[in-house]
Amino acid sequence: MNVIEKILSRASGEKEVVPGQIVDAKIDHAMINEITGYLVARYFHEAGAKKVWDPKKVTVVLDHTIPAPTAEAAEVHRIVRGFARDLNLPGFYDVGRGGVCHQVMVEKGNVKPGDVIVGADSHTVTYGGLGAFSTGIGSTEMTSVFITGKLWFKVPKIIRIDVNGKFGQYVGAKDLFLRVAREIGFSGATYMGLEFKGPTVKKLSVSSRLTLCNMTIEVGGKAGIVEPDEKTIEYVKSKTSEPFTPLYSDPDAEYARTLQVDVTGMPSQVACPNAVDNVKPVSELSGVELDQVYIGSCTNGRIEDLKIAADIIRGKKVNPRTRLVVVPASQEVFIDAMNEGLIQTFAEAGAAIATASCGACYGGHLGVLAAGETCLSTTNRNFIGRMGDPKAKVYLGSPAVAAASALTGRITDPETLR
Amino acid sequence: MKINSKALKFGDNINTDIIIPGKYLTITDEKEMGKHAMDGIDPKFAEKSRGGTVLVVGENFGSGSSREQAPIALKNADVKCVVAKSFARIFYRNAINIGLPVLECSDLWADVQDGDLLSVTLEEGTIKNSRSGKVFKAQPLPPFILEIIQSGGLLNQLKQKQTTKKNK
Ligand code: SF4
Repeated sequence: MNVIEKILSRASGEKEVVPGQIVDAKIDHAMINEITGYLVARYFHEAGAKKVWDPKKVTVVLDHTIPAPTAEAAEVHRIVRGFARDLNLPGFYDVGRGGVCHQVMVEKGNVKPGDVIVGADSHTVTYGGLGAFSTGIGSTEMTSVFITGKLWFKVPKIIRIDVNGKFGQYVGAKDLFLRVAREIGFSGATYMGLEFKGPTVKKLSVSSRLTLCNMTIEVGGKAGIVEPDEKTIEYVKSKTSEPFTPLYSDPDAEYARTLQVDVTGMPSQVACPNAVDNVKPVSELSGVELDQVYIGSCTNGRIEDLKIAADIIRGKKVNPRTRLVVVPASQEVFIDAMNEGLIQTFAEAGAAIATASCGACYGGHLGVLAAGETCLSTTNRNFIGRMGDPKAKVYLGSPAVAAASALTGRITDPETLR
Repeated sequence: MKINSKALKFGDNINTDIIIPGKYLTITDEKEMGKHAMDGIDPKFAEKSRGGTVLVVGENFGSGSSREQAPIALKNADVKCVVAKSFARIFYRNAINIGLPVLECSDLWADVQDGDLLSVTLEEGTIKNSRSGKVFKAQPLPPFILEIIQSGGLLNQLKQKQTTKKNK
């Protein structure tokens, strides 16, 4: 069995599972944010439920619209806050306490290798970076999980992605995923999982593995996963004292398909409007002028990402033609960035720095785009209208490309600034 | 379960940000949300859809976010059924869970024009276009999913089961 099959078989008490089989799995942790959570709160009451199956195993985060930009958003917060308080949930993260739900989940030690985790947010697939099986579900199913602690899954087929070669200085997990997206296509992994393997993946940091798995939903994936290793275990142990038993793929595990990628000599990659698989090497886009550059999100708003960007920007100024918005993925990232002087670097360069949150990633607030504007963003989606007006254009790239582009005001290969 | 409604047709890759853009996600009134359904592609959709619609769409319908607001908005915009060439995973589960019928059929799309009268029989997975006279076959929904839809969603089904238990 591969690692995802092993996780699902353990969670459902089955000796062995095969793709297509439906299993009823025990959930190790469940997460909601305010957008999906207010529906869970409503349904939970409508169903007449009084208790969560295990209050320690649920996490509630306000992240999409914080601090509330409108009275409507504030009302949503009020409902979700009240829900968490009524149920005495220890894992509730209010404005200024958490950040983007997925980053909060890994920082607070709620994700362990071998776990089955569901979140009412599509980027729940992020936690595969720590060797867990995790996927996004809707609010109705989440209500049922809150009550029962269980959920049915169809065991997915897995695409194996073998990565070899050495990344260039400014090239990394984001570029690798965009390359893979170009190959697989935006719906090429619908109902399937993606397992990233090979020496190049082993060398990636935990943060980069989270980036890689975070994007798997963008090709339709049900889950992404990197087998755990010493790095994973060290990271998780630094966050929680809860015991865990990691699971690994058997050497003879079966896959639906294997894709080979060699990253040696691969330039930075950029996804053009309006699809994640519309990917080109950065050099082909160097004429594109930018109104905004956005660094943040559950994809690329971690301290590793901010460091890469700050190293390129330090001592320089954001080009007058454009504006730079930086949004740390969590309060913890914000504090680390402050301690390391990164916030100062961004501020002195002329960047706007916003509170840890989803910010403009999904077009809510803190940097949404006007009709006709163009943005290069480190987020994960460039659908029409995702970051504001439907006539705005969004290019997706790495923090290094974002930083270099902020300095020149057009899409720029960081290599050319050296 | 029979559905007789006019068709409204859209193409491939209609994602959840098109079905209900992010700026409407803090609306807590479902009827109000229905007014903004498909706002990302046709701001007049809710008006056109009034009176009942079978939405006929291409590949990968509902990709993107896990927001249940997407099928909720469609349902409240009087969409009675969605027939797609294919669906994204989370949308498909969400639609069933809130009681919006969804069928996968690859051949219907090419035959349909906006305004055609379609008759859908969910049990059999058939869709008849009265303009062309043609009948199309979709994969019928398995009985346990039909039951959820007939109850008006998973939550209603749970509630109904609880009341029958109490009344026994
Ligand atoms: S940062 Fe963006 S992609 Fe991540 S959870 Fe928030 S809105 Fe979704």
